[in-house]
Amino acid sequence: MHKTQKTTTPVTRRGALKTLGTGVGALAAVSAVPGFRFSQAHGSEPIRVGFQVHRTGIGAAYGRWYDRTTQAAAKRINDAGGINGRPLEIIAADDGTDPKRGAEVVEKLATQENCDVVFGTLFSHVVVGSAPRAGELKIPYFVVSEGHHVASGILNRYTLQPGITDVKSQVEAMAPFVVNNLGKKVTMVFPDYAFGHDHRDYFSAAVERSGGSIGALIPIPPTETSFTKYFPNIPQDTEVLYHVMVGPAVLTFVKELGEFFGSSGPQLFGFIDSLEAVDIGSSGLEFLNGSHFWEGFPRYAQADQSSHDAAYRAAVGVDANGASVSDPQDVSTYAHMFGCWETLNVIKAGMEAANYRGPNDRTALIEAVEAMNQIPLSDDHPQGSKLFNGKSHQVFGHQYISKVADGRLDLVHTTSIEDTMYPDEVDYTTQSF
Amino acid sequence: MDFGPHLFLATLEGAITAAVISLTAAGLSIVFGIMRVVNVAHGEFFMLGAVGAWWVTTAVGGHPAFGFAAALIAAPLFVGAIAALADRLVLFRLGYDPERTIVATIGILYVIQQVTLMTFGPDARPVEPPFNKRIPIPWLGIGENGLELTWPWGLATTTYKLAVIVAAAVILFGVWQFLSRTRFGLLMRATQLDREMATAFGIPVRKIYARVFGFGAAIAALGAVLIVPVQQAHYLMGTDPLLLSFIVVIIGGLGSLPGTIVAAVLIGMSDGIISVFFSPTLAKILATLLVAFVLVFRPQGLFGKAQA
Repeated sequence: MHKTQKTTTPVTRRGALKTLGTGVGALAAVSAVPGFRFSQAHGSEPIRVGFQVHRTGIGAAYGRWYDRTTQAAAKRINDAGGINGRPLEIIAADDGTDPKRGAEVVEKLATQENCDVVFGTLFSHVVVGSAPRAGELKIPYFVVSEGHHVASGILNRYTLQPGITDVKSQVEAMAPFVVNNLGKKVTMVFPDYAFGHDHRDYFSAAVERSGGSIGALIPIPPTETSFTKYFPNIPQDTEVLYHVMVGPAVLTFVKELGEFFGSSGPQLFGFIDSLEAVDIGSSGLEFLNGSHFWEGFPRYAQADQSSHDAAYRAAVGVDANGASVSDPQDVSTYAHMFGCWETLNVIKAGMEAANYRGPNDRTALIEAVEAMNQIPLSDDHPQGSKLFNGKSHQVFGHQYISKVADGRLDLVHTTSIEDTMYPDEVDYTTQSF
Repeated sequence: MDFGPHLFLATLEGAITAAVISLTAAGLSIVFGIMRVVNVAHGEFFMLGAVGAWWVTTAVGGHPAFGFAAALIAAPLFVGAIAALADRLVLFRLGYDPERTIVATIGILYVIQQVTLMTFGPDARPVEPPFNKRIPIPWLGIGENGLELTWPWGLATTTYKLAVIVAAAVILFGVWQFLSRTRFGLLMRATQLDREMATAFGIPVRKIYARVFGFGAAIAALGAVLIVPVQQAHYLMGTDPLLLSFIVVIIGGLGSLPGTIVAAVLIGMSDGIISVFFSPTLAKILATLLVAFVLVFRPQGLFGKAQA
């Protein structure tokens, strides 16, 4: 190698700089010509959907399944002819489940990757950290987060949540069931950040409206790895322990809950978040038998499974137990990830209604989604029928309550959409773009 | 929960924290005491121990006890070997210069963390404990009929958690015996006292350093293997032990093994008790405040000897 270099013309510093300069100049010239990309690829250029994904950090298990669901949904849309005749391209970027990086990822997807929209964020602190940047960049930001922050009005007109219901509607629909069937004195254990605070505020208020009372509120940092020390704060007269936990240590959390109570203890009502991506048959979880869980979408295929659920499972690669078809140990985040599938279908419907052609039509896309209302149960929306509220940018839908029996979750109650509704807190349509 | 049982449970939980920190901090303290290297990557060696335990237990199969026993031996050896290699490839080449080794170990921290992320993945993975039985604890209290024995709700521990405390005590005793009774321990102490004089007496200081660095990492890894059935293995789990180890080592006195152990028990217990009665954040605030006070009023640590 050394020899050949010596015999050929040596690369001088000046020469290298010249070549580099020409290259940069050419590049600048190309990008300066308006419509260069467009004229070259009009009609066939893909619609670029930026996917902000928690590949690493505390949301990694969710991120893995959000990714699989998104890829499956995009493939299905492309197999059926794409959006307005153009293929859909998913451009994923990892935000490390970190709010600061979240805002950077939104910026990168919007300005460097030239995405048409950004979508897919789950963890509420990342959404709250990223949404203002999306608003400044004027790029539609479709979150799949559950947090109440969209409907609460603290975000902006560019942020929408059309594919998954929010915590406030979920917990308000759960409270009557908990108080009437499990017990009136409730103690709550929840993660100490925005998502957990939504649980704390709206569930405790709803319990009191339903005639129950709150014994204690126990916050736990989402990065915690050891939990026994928090449990003695649960009052002795607690009838129902309401638990919701997130992060990599959820299995430890539930195990230590079992070790704490043994065979005695209160009724347990959990949000499935405490067990997302965790096998219910894991050793140490036997005590969960007979306890109840909220599920956004039943993990185990039920006896009356709809054809839509079956088709969705097959497309994503999830078996009847909610685990990957290729690895039964790899349990999905089934109660949440449908939100990616449904949100992509909303983006598709919105772009078709707005006759979306490019970034200039972004506001038309938002207006088209805001105009949506009834969303029927279908292969596009396998979780159930929904109502979209264009004013609060939030969708409302059915909630499911399951009971653990013989190492699986069986559906025992489905709420109506009306059970989950609450008065509007914001009207984003009055904000200017 | 009543105050008595509550405090007892808090103490038990604190003892587990203390057990694991004392092992991790002992490793950090030995490395600093002998090599004068502030090892910022120490928490990652802890994490590697837990991840190694997961690999070994998954590979061995059969009864969880076999896999766990294998992990207790293999994971620390593996981590020790990696640390010794890092010493040879990085620290030795920097001549153990204090400032440059800090920056270098920060680099090692990121390399280990990212390689683990790329291979092991971002998920937390559980390791089955070799045995685990819930033990409800009776409580002697004054009830309606005078003194009576009750079984308060939630007052319980597990056989495995108790075993962690005992094992940590045994390992620390072993480390102390190793340092004070064996020939290698003598060479280590000689190197610590005066590196140049040790070299003059024909002690292979280069080899000693590599082994000390490996040894310190292996003790941290051993602590991680013990705790991983309680906590799960995760690529970000090294941060907390690193912080707590530094707190413990500064309070106890850098390079003083007895000081490290006393400080670990102090910090572990107070962390357990303050977290239970107040909040975990307050526990961290108080520990950090204590570090500040020690640094101001007794910079050599509670048990450290002032530098000449």
